[in-house]
Amino acid sequence: MGQARIVIVGAGPSGVRAAEALVEHGIRPVVVDESRRDGGQIYRRQPEGFKRPYAKLYGTEADKAQALHRSFEQLRDRIEWRAETLAWHMEPHSLHVVQAGKAEVLPFDALIVCSGATDRLMPVPGWDLAGCYSLGAAQISLKSQACAIGQRVVFMGTGPLLYLVASQYVAAGAQVEAVLDTSASSHRLRALPRLAARPGVLLNGLKLVASLRMAGVRVMTGVTPVEIGGSPHRGVTGVRVRDGRGREHAFGCDAVGLGYHLRSEAQLADIAKCEFRFDAASRQWLPRIDEDGRSSVRGIYLAGDGVRLAGADGAEAAGRLAALACLADLGITRSEPEVAELRGTLQKMERFRQGLLQAFPWPHHAAAGLPDSTVVCRCEVVTAGELRTAVRDLGACEINRAKALCRVGMGRCQGRYCGHAAAEIVAHAAGIPVEQVGRIRGQGPVKPLPISALAVGGAN
Amino acid sequence: MSSKQLAADVVIVGGGIVGAASAFFLRQRGLSVVLLERGLVGQQASGVNFGHVRRQGRFLPQLPLAHRSRDIWGRLPELIGHDAEFVVSGSIKVVYDEYGLAAIEQYAADARLWGLDLEILGKAEVRRRFPFFGPDVIGGSYSPNDGHANPRLAAPAFGRAARKAGATVLENCEVLDIHKDALDFHVTAKDGTTVTAPVALVCAGAWAGKFSAGFGESVPLVQRGPTMGVTEPVPYGIVPVVGVKSSNPADDMYFRQVKRGNIVFGGSVRNDAYLDERRAQPRPGNTLLQLPHLRRIAPALANLHVLRTWSGVESYFADDLPVMGPSRSVSGLYYAFGFCGHGFQTGPGVGDTMAELIDRGTTSIDLAPYSIRRFGATIGAPKANLATV
Repeated sequence: MGQARIVIVGAGPSGVRAAEALVEHGIRPVVVDESRRDGGQIYRRQPEGFKRPYAKLYGTEADKAQALHRSFEQLRDRIEWRAETLAWHMEPHSLHVVQAGKAEVLPFDALIVCSGATDRLMPVPGWDLAGCYSLGAAQISLKSQACAIGQRVVFMGTGPLLYLVASQYVAAGAQVEAVLDTSASSHRLRALPRLAARPGVLLNGLKLVASLRMAGVRVMTGVTPVEIGGSPHRGVTGVRVRDGRGREHAFGCDAVGLGYHLRSEAQLADIAKCEFRFDAASRQWLPRIDEDGRSSVRGIYLAGDGVRLAGADGAEAAGRLAALACLADLGITRSEPEVAELRGTLQKMERFRQGLLQAFPWPHHAAAGLPDSTVVCRCEVVTAGELRTAVRDLGACEINRAKALCRVGMGRCQGRYCGHAAAEIVAHAAGIPVEQVGRIRGQGPVKPLPISALAVGGAN
Repeated sequence: MSSKQLAADVVIVGGGIVGAASAFFLRQRGLSVVLLERGLVGQQASGVNFGHVRRQGRFLPQLPLAHRSRDIWGRLPELIGHDAEFVVSGSIKVVYDEYGLAAIEQYAADARLWGLDLEILGKAEVRRRFPFFGPDVIGGSYSPNDGHANPRLAAPAFGRAARKAGATVLENCEVLDIHKDALDFHVTAKDGTTVTAPVALVCAGAWAGKFSAGFGESVPLVQRGPTMGVTEPVPYGIVPVVGVKSSNPADDMYFRQVKRGNIVFGGSVRNDAYLDERRAQPRPGNTLLQLPHLRRIAPALANLHVLRTWSGVESYFADDLPVMGPSRSVSGLYYAFGFCGHGFQTGPGVGDTMAELIDRGTTSIDLAPYSIRRFGATIGAPKANLATV
């Protein structure tokens, strides 16, 4: 029997640790990533020739970033590394990738999907204006290219990334006009017992907020976004919110970073027909996995933020654990004490994840209050009103039906950025729980496939 | 879920475009109707097809039905209060070689006798009128009054119109059993709903075979799924629906641009489809096989991206014709299914024709070629001829 063919999608914290575990056991995995370099989003590496030091790029996480990059460099010759490669589709035992215009099929015995997460977004009137970015995009622009999204920036939404990106902008010398959090402080207080599962991370978070205040940044919590102001030709010019007492506050700015924590990139798991379950705490559908990362489909393993939003440390542990599960399933012995330890780590991460959800809840109720004129699906320009009409007049109480009838989630992002909010709007308009609305079915390609692509070695 | 005991003049099994349109036109004629749909109206092949409202290229004796349907497409707003995004965009079938040119010229000559006027365009003319075509295109057959519509909207719009006209349209209502006593059909659904009616119309698409078999009329229906995809939106510039006529079935690609800019495409290769899963997935390799065809027809498409792919469960007979008309053995039983991948354009006309047949006992449309009688008593499983026109 030849060596098992194992493909890892993603070279972030979980993908690199998964590859490392496989290499330790004598396997040479294929590692695929869309980026030019390893590191994923959180430990994204700057382009060659950029000289910013680790401390400047990654702050308190500099040591971890450096450790992960070093691990990858040591693995580099012992894996088949495919950078700038999009895993656009899959079938049982074959992953379809495209790289530099060449489409190829990678056969596999096991697939470890470490696909990470993207921003979770809630629409607000004006979020379709030029100058409005997701928090993740705002961070990538800074981390990769040392560019800010604007001269005067407002960050709005909720979640740890809100404060992290804002503080990174402040540290980089950008003018941050305000940090506007939809979560009230009381949520954070109630979440403290769970957040205390990782005291160091909690402390870092508190320090971030303190540093923002020290830098003179206006930080407001418990706000309700009213509008991102501006015009099509000028783009964003300001943000209006209401505070907990109903008073309105306005902030001038030329760019907005928006985000409400994250959502898992679970398209490959969906295409692979992995079972999903509704995670009530985060109000999103997530692939079902066992405690080691096995999906419901034999040979498909899921790890990191692509399946549970446990952050970078959790992703490192989950990646390694999934690889060890994969090895065990291939009949290769693994260290059981290590497995037990990793499981313990992940339990702690899970408790912290629950704490984060409590501290920074997805403001699902905001969907109900969105004016009819608000654009929900920016790709296809579908408004909240059109979506509500599809529910009330056309009977679309299921999200794929709503998609079929009014195009919501049908565009370039395939519902990544509007799907969750759209489901909340449908649920509210139909008067049913959001889990009954379902989730937008994953369809290939995972990301747009160039028509210019040439099939290498036969299309099938 | 609440089960119901219902009675009607006609019970319809299956809420695709044929079932929904039949329900609507039966109500127009004053007959009471209960339609039972296992999922949602228009969710299967009726909702995921290419959306070509096409007469050109059809089996010639089917043209009267296609004309009848085309007339309905043009009157959708007044009939059902929704246009289903139908546009009279024109439709062109291009060719790459002399074989193709001869084939479209012959078809145009024949179709004229059936009341369809097609314009044959030479190389210079086709390029002048449609500059997006690539150098391999040497001519085309242009059908000015064909067009396209949005399949996701059409059948649901007929379903809503039928309901508004008084039909009982039950969704998420799967039919488990249908049988007939001396007088009536008795239909039982999974949720316990029962319907009694003297007339039954089976239009359950790929799933219709099990119902006809229950009446001793097995049919050699095979399932296939089209390979569909759509690009990102680009400025509206490709007005006609585009297809290819070639001696090589793999060349048979088609695409259309919707007014908001996306280009919907399909063709060349089909996928396996599964009745039990109720879904068909396009194989990624099949999508890749389509790309060179798209580039050949219109080289500029190479600059675009495929955003999404899909398929659906279609059903085919070896002779590429549907079953449409009365049962050969059970009085009061009617069939309309197995449209072999080209039932969307004819759907409204089929509904109108079936309503006429049920109401009047006869129809002006010649249904002889579609009779279930053409399948003898012995049923094999012949390979479907999957070439489309």
